[in-house]
Amino acid sequence: MGKLKYALFTGCTAKESTPEQLMSTYAVAEKLGIELIELSEASCCGASHLQDYDDFLSLVLNARNICYAESRGMTMVTICNTCQLNTAMTKHRLDNDEKLKARVNEKLAEVGLEYKGTSQITHFLYALIDDFGLDKISEMVVKPLSEFNIAPFYGCHNIRPSELQNESHKTKENPYNPTSLDDLIIACGGENVDYDEKNKCCGFHAELQAPKTAALLTGKALQGAMDGNADFMVTPCPLCHLKLDTQYDHASHAMGRDVKMEVLHMQQMLGLALGCSVEELGLKHHVSEITFA
Amino acid sequence: MENNSVTTKSVTFKVFRFNSDTDYLPYYKEYKMDVTSEEVILDVMDRIKWDHDGSFSYRRSCRHGICGACAVQVNGKATLACKMNAHELTNIFGDELVLEPQSTKRSIKDMIIDKSDFWEKHNAVHPYLISHIDEHPEMECAVSPHESENLMEADLCIQCGACHYACPVVELNEDFFGPAAFVKAYRFEADVRDDAHHERLEELGQAGQGVWDCVKCFECAEACPKEINPIEKITKLHNMLFQDGNIRNNGVAERHAVGFAHSIKKHGLLDEGELVRYSEGNIGVLKHVPVALKMFKKGKIVLPWNMPKSDKLDEIQALIKSSSVSKY
Ligand code: SF4
Ligand code: SF4
Ligand code: FES
Repeated sequence: MGKLKYALFTGCTAKESTPEQLMSTYAVAEKLGIELIELSEASCCGASHLQDYDDFLSLVLNARNICYAESRGMTMVTICNTCQLNTAMTKHRLDNDEKLKARVNEKLAEVGLEYKGTSQITHFLYALIDDFGLDKISEMVVKPLSEFNIAPFYGCHNIRPSELQNESHKTKENPYNPTSLDDLIIACGGENVDYDEKNKCCGFHAELQAPKTAALLTGKALQGAMDGNADFMVTPCPLCHLKLDTQYDHASHAMGRDVKMEVLHMQQMLGLALGCSVEELGLKHHVSEITFA
Repeated sequence: MENNSVTTKSVTFKVFRFNSDTDYLPYYKEYKMDVTSEEVILDVMDRIKWDHDGSFSYRRSCRHGICGACAVQVNGKATLACKMNAHELTNIFGDELVLEPQSTKRSIKDMIIDKSDFWEKHNAVHPYLISHIDEHPEMECAVSPHESENLMEADLCIQCGACHYACPVVELNEDFFGPAAFVKAYRFEADVRDDAHHERLEELGQAGQGVWDCVKCFECAEACPKEINPIEKITKLHNMLFQDGNIRNNGVAERHAVGFAHSIKKHGLLDEGELVRYSEGNIGVLKHVPVALKMFKKGKIVLPWNMPKSDKLDEIQALIKSSSVSKY
């Protein structure tokens, strides 16, 4: 296998409120010998809200982002579930609707770009599993996480809609029984915790609009992991991470019970197993402080 | 077809049992059965009733996936019993399947639930054509094929409730209309003959009950046996709310969606802090200060003067100018 190389779409969160996610992405990529070229031209994907306001604009902006992966001749890798959803959904819609593609391309032509549909779009979690391989990852583990019970939290937009997940990735996930993150935990030597909320919603996208609903969903997720006797949670999505890491007060209030958990990005968990340092993984940037590493 | 392609498997069904007249608490009963690759979950339920316990109760009628009566859940997965092959489920979940009603807390008897909340929500969106019909029309009221395509198959809904009871917001917020009611509302909002678009939209845009409270989890899209994709219709309703010139609720939710466009225009990227301020307003934002302070201490807040920008921002700005369809 030659060196894996991807166009990295960082999304906004990794550059703002979860800097540790970007740091640990690069740290892990370096350990594994994966080359990531940042799509510095990319805009925000609209985070599933811009399209509520202006669906066409959202399509045009996401198509533009994909153009920059295409012009580099690379697969786009995302590190946020919602970026993955919005980008892959844009690709799906344009690739299946010539008229829509033509309308979008008419706009893109004004700035000298064209969407062709030549780049794949994959979340880093699936790039690791599909392209790099879990076997190889476990061979490279130097500090197995064998003393930890780890609760996977998948995040909606990586597993639903499953049609989109299945067409974008070799690992075909079933949203009612997803396995990818569990498999990564096992590859890192950890014990995966099974609990009802692992494939449920954290509430992030309605945090401002429906704070009570959002707090209850966060609370239920944290509670599920706690009652499943997890030492920490792990997620591939920075938005889930933000919600679970920072909103424990609201969640506890809504639940009528103290709920709080240490939560790692999947890159940080993998990084620990691969022997990256606490500094490289940005473990000091958590609000629910990381005490075990 | 050759019969020899039929295979048999031993499956353990853990079945939710509850009789609200006599039982204090529900319980699960196990039935171990040999199931062929031709059997659907409704066959399994029939055999439990016929061979094991005549009191086992469930709804079914058409056996053809059109009445919506037989919807249940298997291992948490919304399932139309008369359509879902049992072996297919064992391929996902293994040889132990948990059979439950769509909503355990609404069970009246075993799989039969009290679905009244579903119908109340359904009625609340005025699920019928409201039109000032000329009793003596001179021409037919024609709908073009293109206009009927705009319904996006929302009219195919069989009201099985699978999406409704898969929706986490329905469980947590009793005012929320839910995905099935939104599908139904969209079916009439998208109908060119309907005269109540504005009134219906006004109700659909209210905080608590309306589309803004959807958390975008896609559970409804996953649950629907008719592939109606409720959240796609919810997005359409969001768009309609912005396009109806008379609806300017100017609430947190509306500003939150618009805020993305503002921020992208300025930075290419989302300014997270500014989005919260813009959405909540200068007073509303104060309630976020305690969490923001904790985040700031951990280096999780980018100050305005350090806001990163996309390369080639001018391109993004040009596209926003030329491609924007909505105005706020
Ligand atoms: S996407 Fe919205 S309507 Fe659909 S299940 Fe989730 S919260 Fe409910
Ligand atoms: S939208 Fe689909 S899942 Fe929801 S009630 Fe209608 S047919 Fe059932
Ligand atoms: S019995 Fe009518 S849909 Fe299944």
